[in-house]
Amino acid sequence: MTATLWIGTRKGAFTLRPESGGRRWRLGGPQFLGHIVHHVVQDPREPKVLLMAAKTGHLGPTVYRSSDRGRTWREAAQPPAFRKAGQGEEARAVERVFWLTPGHSSERGTWYAGTSPAGLFRCEDGGERWQPVAGFNDHPMRPKWTSFGTPDGQLLHSINIDPRDPRHLYLAISAGGVFESTDGGADWAPLNEGCAADFMPDPQAPYGHDPHCVALHPGAPDRLYQQNHCGIYRLDRPQRRWVRIGLAMPKKMGDVGFPIVLHPTDPDTAWVLPMDGQTVWPRTSIQGKPAVYRTSDGGRSWRRLDRGLPPSQAWLTVLRQAMCADASTARIGLYFGTTGGEVWAGANGGETWRCIARHLPEIYSVTHAP
Amino acid sequence: MSCIVRIPSPLRSYTAGAAAVPAEGATVEEVLASLEHRFSGIRFRMVDEQSRVRPHIRLYVNTAEVTVLSQTVGTGDVVHVICALSGG
Repeated sequence: MTATLWIGTRKGAFTLRPESGGRRWRLGGPQFLGHIVHHVVQDPREPKVLLMAAKTGHLGPTVYRSSDRGRTWREAAQPPAFRKAGQGEEARAVERVFWLTPGHSSERGTWYAGTSPAGLFRCEDGGERWQPVAGFNDHPMRPKWTSFGTPDGQLLHSINIDPRDPRHLYLAISAGGVFESTDGGADWAPLNEGCAADFMPDPQAPYGHDPHCVALHPGAPDRLYQQNHCGIYRLDRPQRRWVRIGLAMPKKMGDVGFPIVLHPTDPDTAWVLPMDGQTVWPRTSIQGKPAVYRTSDGGRSWRRLDRGLPPSQAWLTVLRQAMCADASTARIGLYFGTTGGEVWAGANGGETWRCIARHLPEIYSVTHAP
Repeated sequence: MSCIVRIPSPLRSYTAGAAAVPAEGATVEEVLASLEHRFSGIRFRMVDEQSRVRPHIRLYVNTAEVTVLSQTVGTGDVVHVICALSGG
């Protein structure tokens, strides 16, 4: 079966499949044309299964499930929804399902979803019936943790599960911070020490930070990386203090961006895509010269990878779910999609880049389905 | 009570393309339940988990805008579902 790149866009989902050994790519779709597709994710435990987080401009949010690698889809019987509010309680409604994460390998059929406003949901039947995770959604501190949303609304994302322990979970909220649970989601605690929050009055605040993307290394699950609104970080558990590895980036680049992508087997290797975070935060490639940066030593140093990318006047924005790695080959392929509707492929760990699709709608996510 | 519900194009994937479907109920809430019974999932796309009509949806009974889901529906009434989009 040919590996597939799934492209979630503001106007539907598309696929890209390599032909002739990857020299060409065939664009498929659109599927769900006109739907806002935030995330399409394959189930590694059952590779024929994919879930898609979708909504439209007027209709409520939902989740679709495919059990035939995306040929046909069926809507969840019970999409993620907050519980009915009691008298005097805040009446929350899911505005969009933003993030999907397959559950632990031992929990077949289990998935987690992150929403806006910030909510955590779980299902145990492959995506059919979603339940709110009360331990987070009704946590007494949740109103404080989620009091400061982004202009696009609060986003709960980067749900990571420790491959050694299905009860050990991490999640991130923009803005709110990184949170950890060691009891399957029954209780949560902030995990933001060491992260800058330049926009906050208290730089030592325990929460309120703005993680853009957090990833746990599957082969070394004590290591996490974070691309934050205020820098790039690494955390080696059981430590609780993030180390700002973005300070090793060239000063003129800074260390702002949205995605961070990890090497599938080497925990010292990660890729970021710097965005302009100066003055009013344009969030475009810096000086109009897009580049990916790779560390191969856990963030002590970074190397610029821009061969094949436009040399000037290219003002790309790449969102947090729109960059991924192909872990199925030794020569790691990297991919990113832009809000201008282009998809770029970086061969051999990002050494050389070429555009493999253009003229697509605004791209929200790029995921690899082997 | 039986009425007719006018289905806008974004929701016709639930009604096999039908632009109007019959439904039962003495209130808008009951009509929506009747629709949901026949077309699973359709209600949540219009009404959120707090039983509020979604921000870019409007419901009408004949020409009267629905302000509460307990609003009555009579035999032969037409319930309209209106969707609003903005921007590109």
